[in-house]
Amino acid sequence: MAYGPKVIDHYEHPRNVGNFGTTADVKTRKDIGVGVVGAPECGDVMQIQIKVDPASGKIEDAKFKCFGCGSAIASSSLATEWIKGMSVDEALQIKNTDIVEELSLPPVKIHCSVLAEDAIRSAISDYKKKNGIPETAPSASAH
Amino acid sequence: MLTLPIYFDHAATTPCDPRVVDAMLPYFTEKFGNAGSRNHKFGWEAEEGIDRAREQAAALIGANEKEIIFTSGSTEGNNLAIKGAAEMYEKKPAGQTGRGHIITAIHEHKAVLDPCKRLQKEGFDVTFLEPPRDGVITAKAVEAAMRPDTILVTLMWANNELGTINEVPEIGRLCKSRNVLFHTDATQWVGKMPTDVERDGIDLLTWSGHKIYGPKGVGALYVRRRNPRVRLVAQIEGGGQERGYRSGTQNVTGIVGFGKACEIALNEMDADGKRLLAFRQKMERELTRALDVTQINGHAERRLPHILNISFGFVEGEGLMMAIKEIACSSGSACTSASLEPSYVLKALGIGDDLAHSSLRLSMGKWTTEEQVDYAIAKITEAVKKLRLLSPLYDMHLEGIDINTIQWAAH
Repeated sequence: MAYGPKVIDHYEHPRNVGNFGTTADVKTRKDIGVGVVGAPECGDVMQIQIKVDPASGKIEDAKFKCFGCGSAIASSSLATEWIKGMSVDEALQIKNTDIVEELSLPPVKIHCSVLAEDAIRSAISDYKKKNGIPETAPSASAH
Repeated sequence: MLTLPIYFDHAATTPCDPRVVDAMLPYFTEKFGNAGSRNHKFGWEAEEGIDRAREQAAALIGANEKEIIFTSGSTEGNNLAIKGAAEMYEKKPAGQTGRGHIITAIHEHKAVLDPCKRLQKEGFDVTFLEPPRDGVITAKAVEAAMRPDTILVTLMWANNELGTINEVPEIGRLCKSRNVLFHTDATQWVGKMPTDVERDGIDLLTWSGHKIYGPKGVGALYVRRRNPRVRLVAQIEGGGQERGYRSGTQNVTGIVGFGKACEIALNEMDADGKRLLAFRQKMERELTRALDVTQINGHAERRLPHILNISFGFVEGEGLMMAIKEIACSSGSACTSASLEPSYVLKALGIGDDLAHSSLRLSMGKWTTEEQVDYAIAKITEAVKKLRLLSPLYDMHLEGIDINTIQWAAH
């Protein structure tokens, strides 16, 4: 299967690879939200970590790691690029279809974009839970 | 000079040997006759071409030329052997156990599994053996599954994904002692490894042209004529070609090319096999030395020289193939398939889905060079290292977290 040029660009030059510390470290840090979605037996695991400035509520930094195909790596790389600088509520507005469009993902790779959306939501949910912030509006990811 | 991309997918198909193409060419234009035309030169020429090919094919497996049925390839050969034998040797009248019992294994090729499943629907009883972790079906396992109403055992000689080799001469001898027919799908074996249907106790054997540097769309089925004389119910009916087993105007050009490929294989397989075994061992040695959590799938020794199936933990196969796009190979990952199911063959061995998704099948051939092997080793090592830097699972591994203990949210 041929990949689109944007997928190849993100795959070859992934943005924001990494994390803000070990699994144990980030668990205790209130300014960090961690989202890990997917499963190894499904061939995709995506991890997105966000670092939120408590004063402004803005995502000042984001990191990702991904076990998966080129489209999964590109989707998570793109997601971190987009959410940096957004408020957490703005980041929640990102839809998987936005990612599909930006990367021109074929139908068979749509699940990669769904995972990226889920990873963002999951990271934000973790951040909110740690800080006692109630989850806003129903997260409308129906799939 | 290394030309890219390099081809490491010879278990899928092989390039046609130029000597094969040369042998075929006259049969497209000058000797174009129908081998069934018995009363003119054009027909005779075509028939002579087929006769020679039949001798060449028989010589490769130690058979008599009368025992060779030309087919369109191994899928057709397997269908004819399995359905044709089952229908011919079914227990009549249908007893309580159905029309008869067939033994096969769950990690066979689909071209064996699906005919067996069809027969199951039509009243035959089929045992699907489960291989141990090394992927090798033993004679002992077959013996344990045998019943008084067993009519057919169908097991591949060597596995297409793993290269593992079943205990074929032993299984053949067992079947002989029980008067049970033995069919083997030898598509990956014949032309690579020495074959003697007498010594190896085989009644029906399938192979294909395009895996042995011949053309696509042609293959052969060996049907034993003595001790016992095996008969089949034809699956394609019509003009009665190929002794009535396979009607249809013969693919003369293809058959001539197939015969030539068999002749070349007989002469060159020993030398090719030795060279490729050294290459495979070099790849195994260097890749497992350079990369931790890397496992070779299938039996350590009972494997074809040219096929390597290897899993790199914490790296997804399709993502890996994208990083080594200059190396044409295949993966047990099925990220592109709608089901998202990894290789059923690797699963049959009890290899976890995560490692099945992380597997590559590298298969070499006659024209593989050491330079290509060295390139593949370097490129794969670099790619796995790069992707592990991206892999959250590798981080967890380094932190001492067992990923099998995590409650993953299945998607």
